Amino acid sequence: MSNANKPMRSALKNVRGLGAAKEGVQHWWMQRVTAVAMIPLLLVMLVCLLKLASGDHAAVAVAFKHPLFALVALLSILAVFWHMKLGLQVVIEDYVHSEGLKLVSLLGITFATFILGGIAALSVLKLFFGA
Amino acid sequence: MANVERPLSPHLQIYRWHVTMATSILHRATGCGLAAGTVLLTWWLVAAAAGPDYYAMVQACLGSWLGRLVLLGFTWALFYHLLNGIRHLFWDAGHGYSLPVANKSGWAVIGGSVVLTVLAWILAYAWK
Repeated sequence: MSNANKPMRSALKNVRGLGAAKEGVQHWWMQRVTAVAMIPLLLVMLVCLLKLASGDHAAVAVAFKHPLFALVALLSILAVFWHMKLGLQVVIEDYVHSEGLKLVSLLGITFATFILGGIAALSVLKLFFGA
Repeated sequence: MANVERPLSPHLQIYRWHVTMATSILHRATGCGLAAGTVLLTWWLVAAAAGPDYYAMVQACLGSWLGRLVLLGFTWALFYHLLNGIRHLFWDAGHGYSLPVANKSGWAVIGGSVVLTVLAWILAYAWK
């Protein structure tokens, strides 16, 4: 067993650090980036939504006309749905062991996330730009 | 090697539950719950974009006792996932791994999520 202490990886592989999935720590890192981003974003959104929940439609329409509120809403949507896609992906990878079902599930949550996030973002844009 | 007593995963029926186990699985459960909740959130945004009539209908749905119950659960799940997420970020930075600290932070997250949920609903009713 003279090879036991011999490194099997080339230095280049270590430098790139991309591993078997060819994306390195990208998944882990973006989950953290979106998590940190959501701490201030969602606290602001939550207080605003609690306030808006008591009002009528006119109050909501006025709120989304404010550029800062619309921006916070859009950034929240981006962070929430990105984080959600990454999280659901891990859950599926942990529990769904059949390769075919796993593939279909991963496609499913990816498409569902983009569609739902797209609808949410479009609604905010319509409120911001709309009459 | 076969005789070595290897550590086993917790056998859930006989393993005494620890707060760290509970907070771990709750983080995943609340994450999945929040993902389902984004459908409601998106529905509310669509309603706001659609106009006053549809918005009033959705507000009535969310304001019903069932709607309020779901929103209460959603609020708690959000605060729990937020607080435990911050706990995870501290772990990522290399802090809070010792058992006493991990147990304490676990209880703090559970308690804190309940307190923040109550505060948020007091605020919501105060603004009503």
